[in-house]
Amino acid sequence: MAEQSAEQASVAQAMAIRLWNSRWLLAAGVVAVLTAFAFANISAYVLVPALLLLLVAAMLPAAGLRQSAENAAAIEAVGLQRLSGEYLAAAVADPLIIFDRSATIVHANAAAFAAFGGIAPGLSLPLKFRAPEMQTLLDSVLSGTIASDVVDYTEKLPVERAYRVSASSVGHGTDLYVLVFKDQSETRRIDRMRADFIANASHELRTPLASIAGFIETLRGPARNDPAAREQFLQIMQNQTGRMARLIDDLLSLSRLEMKPYLKPGTEVDLRQTVDSVIDSLAPLARENSVVIERDFAKGALNVPGDRDELFQVFENLLENACKYGQSGGRVVVSIAGADDGSEPGIDVTIRDFGPGIPEEHIPRITERFYRIDVETSRTKKGTGLGLSIVKHILTRHNARLTIKSEVGKGAAFSVHLPTH
Amino acid sequence: MQSVHIMSAFDEELKYLSKRIAAMGGHAERMVEQAVAALVNADPGLAQKVINDDAVLDEGQREIDDKAIIIIAKRQPMATDLREIVGAIRISADLERVGDLGKNVAKRVVAVTDGRQPTSLFRGLEALANLALTQLKEVLDVYASRSVDKIGFVRDRDDQIDAMYTSLFRELLTYMMEDPRNITPCTHLLFCAKNIERIGDHATNIAETIYYIVTGDQMPAERPKGDKTDKISLSAPLPAK
Repeated sequence: MAEQSAEQASVAQAMAIRLWNSRWLLAAGVVAVLTAFAFANISAYVLVPALLLLLVAAMLPAAGLRQSAENAAAIEAVGLQRLSGEYLAAAVADPLIIFDRSATIVHANAAAFAAFGGIAPGLSLPLKFRAPEMQTLLDSVLSGTIASDVVDYTEKLPVERAYRVSASSVGHGTDLYVLVFKDQSETRRIDRMRADFIANASHELRTPLASIAGFIETLRGPARNDPAAREQFLQIMQNQTGRMARLIDDLLSLSRLEMKPYLKPGTEVDLRQTVDSVIDSLAPLARENSVVIERDFAKGALNVPGDRDELFQVFENLLENACKYGQSGGRVVVSIAGADDGSEPGIDVTIRDFGPGIPEEHIPRITERFYRIDVETSRTKKGTGLGLSIVKHILTRHNARLTIKSEVGKGAAFSVHLPTH
Repeated sequence: MQSVHIMSAFDEELKYLSKRIAAMGGHAERMVEQAVAALVNADPGLAQKVINDDAVLDEGQREIDDKAIIIIAKRQPMATDLREIVGAIRISADLERVGDLGKNVAKRVVAVTDGRQPTSLFRGLEALANLALTQLKEVLDVYASRSVDKIGFVRDRDDQIDAMYTSLFRELLTYMMEDPRNITPCTHLLFCAKNIERIGDHATNIAETIYYIVTGDQMPAERPKGDKTDKISLSAPLPAK
């Protein structure tokens, strides 16, 4: 009963709205009919039905308009029914995490897995994102004091990343919330890179520059008329400029690496082919140092996920070091072998030299920027002090490990463990 | 992750404990990070902030202790639940110590950065701090995921931290012998390095507690000490500069 009257009321309301919507048309019609009545001398029997006809016409629903609106609604409903939240999350390029009232992860998209790793549904969010600002963000959204909020969140390890994180509730009464991470690392890193580059470059370029300046002074003064000394000084100056150029190259490549903190997923690298081409490209250097490069590759496919150019640089730097610093050993062994020890299956690439080796106390330090065991040796071998820190940076991005084993007098082995998953 | 109890309030209480631990962990990580940043960038303002932040961790530890004791008294927990609660007490004590050590580093910022120091002095310390912070982060990640099968990395990294500390000790000693004016900053840096090395040890302790919570067994006890600074003396052969 109550329902029926409500329906009637709504019909009446709809009619009233229609009348109101066509009020101008209606008024024009009434005026026209009245004018015709006044001038054409028509009887009142015609006038009343004409006016009634007008009124009924105005009350009829605007069929065309209604149909198109209904069609759009139907398309939207059918379309959205087929859309699952999962597909929508997968289509978002930024890391996105859906969680419930107890801050437990319900779903995380592929980008979130790639960026943070180890976030399975069921994991408690505040246990994973422990930074104080993230804790307050989660608390305030979950307690319902605010519907959505945005904070800046930085992660320092393993690689520095900065995000703008927004948290908000999804729909009404779903008890679901969503976190979206917008990567801001690049803009921030450009600023930092500039500052770091200038600090490092100015410090490291000063020494060769001072030596060049000194020789120019000598050449213009005491050694002005000494051709033998002039030739010798010019040679030294050329070496120094070469060193400066190498240093700038290395600093730039390190800065470039820092610009893009994570890898594009999905690309595979054939280690056998990569290491082979590294050995080929370093053959002239090996000959020059009279070092023989021996290969010991395991059989079968040796593929790992990663970036070929970057891994090429890793093995190039390691092999170059082995040839230069292990020169006295006369040979360098490059081996590739599957490694299934412990928790992580992967492939080990080991580059072993038989030179003087590295004293134990230096081993933990040699991947630091500009750390040199012996400054003089490093200079004469044309080292910049950046080779191994570039190696370490690339390996961090690949989730790989560098293990250095060495015994003084027996040589050194640099072993790269690349995970295969 | 956790078994479900008939009294959901108990679940809530246990969840609250682990959430508080995570919040303390986040604070401790941030404090150490900022203390080292203050040292490297000679930023006494940031150092002061770290010193003030320590109160948050002290408060956190007291709260967890109180809550844990009330839960034990009220619920009479057994097995995993009991280990979870006792573990929370132990982890919060370790995290509070990490905060203290971070504060200690921050306190030395003014003394070390008084006068310009070469950046090479800090580079090693930064690397050591990165190792210790990675250790702490990964251990707390395991606390979240409870995947103790991956906990082997903790021992490896502990060895790395010890080796790095030994090397740093030697380097600082060399600087002091080169120039007596280096003695003041280098002595402070030596203490900073020791504090950071201790942070790594506390992270390892936390890992052992987590292992105990999840499995009910103690972590296998082979733990060779890699810190060899006790054998370094001035007569030891010095590394070439």
